[in-house]
Amino acid sequence: MLDKILPYLLAGISVGGQYALIAIGYTMVYGILRLINFAHGDIFTVAGFIMVYAAATMPLSVSIPLTIVLTVLLGVLVEKVAYRPLRTAPRMSVMISAIGMSYLLQNSMWYLTGGLAKQYPVLPWISDSVNVAGTTTSRVTIITPFLVIALVAVLVLLIKRTKIGMAMRAASRDFETAQLMGIKINNVISFTFVVGSFLAAVGSMLYFSNYATVTPTVGAMPGLKAFVAAVFGGIGSIPGAVIGGFIIGICESLIKGAGLTTFSDAFTFALLIVILAVKPTGLFGENLTEKV
Amino acid sequence: MMKKNDHKKSWIALLIAVAVLVVVGLLDNLPGKIVPSMLLTVLQKGAIYALVAVSMNLLNGFTGLFSLGQAGFMLLGAYTYAVLTVPVARQASVYQRYPGGGLGFSITESLSGAMGQFGLLLGVILCLILAGCVAGLFAWLIGLPVLKLKSDYLAIATLGFAEILRAVVQYDKLGPVTNGSNLLYGFTGFTDFHLGSLKLTTVMPFFFAGLCILVVVLLINSTYGRAFKAIRDDEVAAEAMGINLAKHKRMSFMISSFFAGVSGALLAMFQASVQATAFKAAMTYEILLIVVIGGIGSISGSVIASFLFVGCSEWWLRFLDNETILQNFGVKVKFAVVLGILVVAAAALGLWNMKRKGKKLIIRAAQGRPTVNWGPVLGLGLVLAALLWDVWFVISPNLKLPLLRSGFRMVVFSVVIMIVVLFFREGIMGDKELWDLGKKKRSAKAKAGAGNE
Repeated sequence: MLDKILPYLLAGISVGGQYALIAIGYTMVYGILRLINFAHGDIFTVAGFIMVYAAATMPLSVSIPLTIVLTVLLGVLVEKVAYRPLRTAPRMSVMISAIGMSYLLQNSMWYLTGGLAKQYPVLPWISDSVNVAGTTTSRVTIITPFLVIALVAVLVLLIKRTKIGMAMRAASRDFETAQLMGIKINNVISFTFVVGSFLAAVGSMLYFSNYATVTPTVGAMPGLKAFVAAVFGGIGSIPGAVIGGFIIGICESLIKGAGLTTFSDAFTFALLIVILAVKPTGLFGENLTEKV
Repeated sequence: MMKKNDHKKSWIALLIAVAVLVVVGLLDNLPGKIVPSMLLTVLQKGAIYALVAVSMNLLNGFTGLFSLGQAGFMLLGAYTYAVLTVPVARQASVYQRYPGGGLGFSITESLSGAMGQFGLLLGVILCLILAGCVAGLFAWLIGLPVLKLKSDYLAIATLGFAEILRAVVQYDKLGPVTNGSNLLYGFTGFTDFHLGSLKLTTVMPFFFAGLCILVVVLLINSTYGRAFKAIRDDEVAAEAMGINLAKHKRMSFMISSFFAGVSGALLAMFQASVQATAFKAAMTYEILLIVVIGGIGSISGSVIASFLFVGCSEWWLRFLDNETILQNFGVKVKFAVVLGILVVAAAALGLWNMKRKGKKLIIRAAQGRPTVNWGPVLGLGLVLAALLWDVWFVISPNLKLPLLRSGFRMVVFSVVIMIVVLFFREGIMGDKELWDLGKKKRSAKAKAGAGNE
């Protein structure tokens, strides 16, 4: 019994960790700006493409940091261009701008890459096969959960112990008061996007090491699912997003294992609707009436 | 007296509608190649998109419910219509992966067999209404848990619901009805409509979409419509005035979904085939962007934007997708001049918009150093760079147009959309209607007159 479930469980933990990394980006941005950053899934895809092109010409020791830096720059740029001018606009306008940005990124990727699926470079060591309790899997599957937990620990320390972390907490609690207290709100928001995009870039490396091909629309689904994970865990809460990501990844993988692949996506969204109907604040969300 | 005036207006509207239908019918039936076939495609698809954009506007623009489930309801409508109208004789070949699949009857086929073209029309209308009703029924179901949510939570829940529908329709066990993930085709389309030798292919989508949009307009101007707008403007105040929030939200959601379902069915008729994979979230986004371009809260804006959007994506901007080599130097100069004019016009529009809003390039404070308004300055820099490039392109011996290749159209398109979203948030019409434009001037004059007295 276990040896039948185990491969799916492992795959689920791995993909769950990748969802978790993307979900943190959503949850942090939502915590501060009250905005669903629809372009986040596409930033994740762009990171995949940058890696494809960078690794084709440069050694991995250069292309990995380069991918991360460029992705972070893109994330900050998207915020500057599409969200900052609308800071005082109604929330609906900002959300529409996010959708427009996602549309623009997808179309640009299509244009620049010719719309064909690109082979993701093989990252040595982490793509090697290993044997876990009689199941063969790639090493990335095993590493992902540990890497995610390590990154989240660092992130939590950053938020709890540093000055910018304190500023972020203040901004997510009360935007205007934080501003009045002398916090440079634009810097805080930019920093949020830096962190979110960094984690998306790391997530994309892990994700595409498993799935091997990148297409312009490949990020849309993981992006939406990561958002569901963020809602499930309680939007604004980082541990919540991580646990949500793992739960969704594992459930999805088990559903695939049960032979109901068609419903693996549907399950995630059904879970979203149930959660929103039963406990809109999610597992760890704070009980603010304004949010829902 | 007011009433008489209203009657007159209705007559004028009816006359215009009939005139539009006649013109469209004429375009369809002119001999030879006078009318480009692309125009007919754009007219048909534009009318269908107009309906779905209006249905989304009813929800987002008039009731203030930000829903992203439109593609899901279109999918329901399209499948309902297609399943009900695949001719019996073709069901074996359409459902070849599911032997014995299909309903074993076809509403349009049996009715047109009994009553000819009139029966066909009756059958199609019946199936369209059924398609809308199925979408509306599902809207009621999903509305029970979801409509309590606000703004972005509602958006993401409805988006998720649309994705669920897409998965369910492709479920293998439903294959005998929905044909699983395979194409449904062979059902009654617009090309089946004719009066004798008179083609009605383009008239029919105009007729159906126009009728539905008329219903929405009447609804918006009714008591219910005013209640919707009150909810949009201030929920708490609306509730205090005795408007039943839950009831009206549900109603708006169901009606919007009904028309989304009808437009999905019309889209199926237009495409002559249906496949679930086409109804992705990207489709909803496109419709949302149409609504934004037209102006949130303007029916006529949505209609105009739909035709513009479809026209651009199917026809006018197609050339951007082709690699082009200019024939000679003369053509190149012409191209460069047109491009230069376009760039200068865009810059002028931007400056005019800035002036209207009272913004300046360099802000001189009473004290301290003047600050520079970087956004517009950067924009002007880009304009200058474009002009310089334009000149360089004329001088250089290169005859091949740069950038143009497959996919460029959509990039240009999305850039234009972002510009509208960021700088012209009102869209084409704002929240005004085409027929209000004259009225506003008159009432402004009347007000001015009253002030003078």
